[in-house]
Amino acid sequence: MSQLREEFQITAMDFVTAGEASSRIKRILKKLGVNANVVRRLSIACYEAEINLVIHSMGGKLVLLVGENEVTLISEDVGPGIPDIRLAMSEGYSTASENVRMMGFGAGMGLANMARNADRFHIQSKVGEGTRIEMIFMIKDSRAEDKSEVS
Amino acid sequence: MAVYLHSVTLDKGKCVGCTNCLKRCPTEAIRIRGGRARIIDEMCIDCGECIRVCLQHAKIALTDPLSSINRFKYKIALPAPTLYGQFKNLKDINSVPRGLMRMGFNEVFDVARGADIASRAVMERLKDPDCPQPLISSACPAVLRLIQVRFPELIDNIVDVRSPMEIAATIARKEFCEKNNVKPEEVGCFFITPCAAKATAVRTPIGHEKSAVDGAISMVEIYGLLSNQIRRGQTDQSDLNPDHRGSALGIGWARSGGECLAIGEEEALAVDGIEEVGKVLEAIENDRLPDLKYFEGLACAGGCVGGPIVFENVFIARNRIRKLVSELPKKNIEDAVSKEELDQLSSDITFDKPITPVETLKLDQDFNEALRKMDLIEEIRKKLPGLDCGSCGSPTCQALAEDIAQGFAREMDCLFLLKEKVSLMAKQMVEISELTREK
Repeated sequence: MSQLREEFQITAMDFVTAGEASSRIKRILKKLGVNANVVRRLSIACYEAEINLVIHSMGGKLVLLVGENEVTLISEDVGPGIPDIRLAMSEGYSTASENVRMMGFGAGMGLANMARNADRFHIQSKVGEGTRIEMIFMIKDSRAEDKSEVS
Repeated sequence: MAVYLHSVTLDKGKCVGCTNCLKRCPTEAIRIRGGRARIIDEMCIDCGECIRVCLQHAKIALTDPLSSINRFKYKIALPAPTLYGQFKNLKDINSVPRGLMRMGFNEVFDVARGADIASRAVMERLKDPDCPQPLISSACPAVLRLIQVRFPELIDNIVDVRSPMEIAATIARKEFCEKNNVKPEEVGCFFITPCAAKATAVRTPIGHEKSAVDGAISMVEIYGLLSNQIRRGQTDQSDLNPDHRGSALGIGWARSGGECLAIGEEEALAVDGIEEVGKVLEAIENDRLPDLKYFEGLACAGGCVGGPIVFENVFIARNRIRKLVSELPKKNIEDAVSKEELDQLSSDITFDKPITPVETLKLDQDFNEALRKMDLIEEIRKKLPGLDCGSCGSPTCQALAEDIAQGFAREMDCLFLLKEKVSLMAKQMVEISELTREK
């Protein structure tokens, strides 16, 4: 069975390229013919992950893995790590600076939004080391449109 | 699937095979093959960008000639709001419909009136707490087509209200038949169009089976004739049906943002220019605009006044529309279109056919085969110079890699790979000749 792997480096605080990796990932999935509902959910989660890396991390990468049954998106950074994951997961909580908020980011919905859109969501983080988020999206039969999960 | 009949076409005799249109097409629907441009039908959205940039005027919008109105015993003209911005020193806005009547039309029904009704219908949709967010305007057919091709996830967000052109044609025909006691098939409704996309929408409607419009006549084509009639008819004070005239807000639809203004929604966003529309649709797809309630996207910069087949410069026309609108009586949409009137029209102005995605992006129907092709594309792309020069006939190196993987092009179409290959071959020839000399 063939599998596709693509890696995208994300630079901290680089708002010029922010969003480009998400666009490219979305394009790949559409080319592969992944179901529109999955693409939509993945777009939202992927964009959140990318912006999180730009705003909060000291740099990292997004890894896209596409298999026959599922799409996996991994966000990995080199720090600073999240001290309290449960708090960070709650909607409205944000550590974003005033500058970033002025740009319309950092509303504190990121992690929760990612978790809501992914079929499986796993986060691990260690202060001083970094954060790794793994999101799995099941690819359903593209002929049977299932829109029940659209939020 | 129904055959998609495009309006944007190529005049082969004029095309010199340059890369102007190739580089500007927002959906990468053009390739240069055999020294001529070729439009990939499934991908073309009829936005008309290529018509605008072609220096040879080889890209044309197929519209109906004015003479085609003679197919019908009775003729109704449906002027797009944009038409009102085409003439300088327009002393009386009504001289435009009067001019059309003098050209041989039996009736003139403003598409701006259709826009008033569409605005009211959209306002009602927005009151429904279950309506999709954001609701996306259905007015610009090129944008609808862009959504079908590139943003199928957003199809359900498109408001199910027919375009002002369709609404105008439906009401105009009905009224004309009732008033004059004639059969519907004896009446021809003709849209005076600023763009190719509308001409396509007449032939292949999006969201409903059949168009109520019988033909689309290019605005620039009738400009000369009509401006003559307007000039000559300055003393013409013949009666016009006031119910067929659009309100100031309806005429305002000619400019980008006019629709948002008419529906009076605060959380609305208007974007013009197909490239920018694509960017904002992507932001909507990424859920970056969670508060947005209404999205008005227009393919042409400036809105319909910037259409590819209008006479006047977009900024000049835009400004004229602004002035005309400010001189008309102020009237809000609720006063222009009553709820009763809207309810009576209800089914005539609603979509009756689902909008389906157009799967042109998909590399293969089989998922594993698509994955394999994706690998192959990546492999080919690495060999290409990444200059996106367009000399090969594909718009970018990435597009060429995809074309090669799909069997539509060859690696040697790339001038740089060809140059490398030629120099390698030359070197080999020298080596061979030196070897044979030694023997």
